[in-house]
Amino acid sequence: MLKLSAIQWTGLAVFFLAIFVGVPMMIAATGRTDLFFTLTSVGLLAIASAGVWLTFYIGRINIGQGAFALLGAYVSAILVTKAGMSFWLSLPLAGLFAAFVAVLIGLPILRLRGVYFAMITLVLTQVFTLTALALPITNGAKGITSIPLPGELSILGITLIPDFSTLENPRQAFYFTTAVLMVLTYAALYRIVNSRLGHLCRSMQQNEELASSIGVNISYIRVLIFAISSFFGGIGGAVFGSIAQSVYPSSFQVADSVNFMLNCFLGGLGYVFGPMLGTLVLYFGWDLLFELGKYQMLIYSSLLIFLMLVLPNGLLSLRLPKKGGQDK
Amino acid sequence: MEQILANGVYLGAQYAMIALGLTLIFALMNVLNFAHGQMYVLGGFVTYTFYGQLGFPFVSGLVMSCVTLFILGALIERFLFAPVIKRSSREESTMLLAAGLAFFFDAVILLVFGEKQRGVPKIVNGVFNWDFRLIMPYDRILICVLAILSIASFILFMQYSKTGRALRALAQDRTAAQLMGVNVDRYSMIGFALGAMLAGLVGGLLVTITGVNLGMGGPTSIKAFMMVMIGGAGVISGAIWGGIILGFMEAFGLAYLAQYGDITYLLIFVSLMIFLAIRPQGLMGKPWG
Repeated sequence: MLKLSAIQWTGLAVFFLAIFVGVPMMIAATGRTDLFFTLTSVGLLAIASAGVWLTFYIGRINIGQGAFALLGAYVSAILVTKAGMSFWLSLPLAGLFAAFVAVLIGLPILRLRGVYFAMITLVLTQVFTLTALALPITNGAKGITSIPLPGELSILGITLIPDFSTLENPRQAFYFTTAVLMVLTYAALYRIVNSRLGHLCRSMQQNEELASSIGVNISYIRVLIFAISSFFGGIGGAVFGSIAQSVYPSSFQVADSVNFMLNCFLGGLGYVFGPMLGTLVLYFGWDLLFELGKYQMLIYSSLLIFLMLVLPNGLLSLRLPKKGGQDK
Repeated sequence: MEQILANGVYLGAQYAMIALGLTLIFALMNVLNFAHGQMYVLGGFVTYTFYGQLGFPFVSGLVMSCVTLFILGALIERFLFAPVIKRSSREESTMLLAAGLAFFFDAVILLVFGEKQRGVPKIVNGVFNWDFRLIMPYDRILICVLAILSIASFILFMQYSKTGRALRALAQDRTAAQLMGVNVDRYSMIGFALGAMLAGLVGGLLVTITGVNLGMGGPTSIKAFMMVMIGGAGVISGAIWGGIILGFMEAFGLAYLAQYGDITYLLIFVSLMIFLAIRPQGLMGKPWG
């Protein structure tokens, strides 16, 4: 199982304290409850970005996560509003459905590599948006609105999660939900990377033919990884739809897909927690620059370009020059 | 039917030009230029400023679009892409840079030109009408002819000029080209600038018909990616074929499928996926680019 050094355990403990105790206390002290929503968004985007990072791990540039986030959001929304299902049941179903679609689409397109794969996943995002506009079940451009808040989850009469609509601050509840989901996602990611599967992925990242020649079933692994990645995307999208209580074809667009990829690049592709940091920095960077009004985009993009010039290998390459799987 | 074919030729010619620039940049530097659509919009706005606002002749507007984008492309390559390619441990890092550039151009366009749809006065009036079987405004025909001429001269340039030969050598094998005495840094810069210039030229040509607005950049990039995938990345003939095929598919789709709603692109994408499953490198591409 996990073999962590004392420093890593401490870091982990500090991290847990920060997100489960520190942040709610800070917000309670300052009274800025809007931060709950911001941090929840960061957490959800980090979950989806974790999926993108995983496809990077087998050497594929995935710019299609927006498509699966949109799919997850729609599946959950349709199950909750049309079939009257509990949100907590629809959440894993949304992830599984996204993974299922990823297998179907992945079988042909995962044969592509490099920029070909990047381009087709980008097109995929656009196509999912168009599909959502065209299909009757997604209600076209009007989208699905007034999705009820997540209801009660109880097992054998013991309430595990209370009904969100009865809470005085549903945003806080969403924050904790997201934090738990994010921790689970990254724990899973860490586990995958440090497992036999992770070794196989690294071998594929370096040379697929070579990996295949020594007996790695590359077509199985890449579909599996793509499905896991899309599962994360679907989960992230489903919770997002539930918080916003609405889903539109424009909820996740090409720009979002590109942002998921940027999060991974910015955080650094060699580090499991890179996408989380990248998401936090990008999202808060964008929010902080809001004060600048119409120059927001200009400064934001200039900073991105500048950052790329100074740190072409991601933010985490600053502090941890020796660790991580910096390949190539 | 004649109408659909004519529309196909018209769309195909303009698409091929967009794809040419993208594929040129990709072939030379292995950079997927996300900002290509934005460069196209920028070209449109330059022509709009010179021809529509300041009242210079249309041709001078086009020339200004080309010159501006050429210089811009050269500067971008020299000061942004070249250093990042040199220092990054992964080639893909340039994608972040390209995406950042796309955002940057969007911001600049928003600040300088605003988000309104802009149009220019028609360059030629009148409509070509052949017995109501084929109706085409004269300016569309003119733009189509100009686009085909530009493509032809670009191919000739690549085939017979010294610069073109150097660029093709660079695309085939960077190291070998360097060993043969090609100044790799300089020709990468020229190639990037040429690719940007082509985007600007199409933008300048099309501003007379479709006008130009801020939001056109992203979708244009996506279409260009599709064309490059159909034809094969980094191959000039592939880009032209990709453009023509997408143009015709769109023309037919709009004619026959419009009554079923907005499913043309959905079908194009599904067929693209099936096609790529059979032939992952596209029509003309080398395997794995």
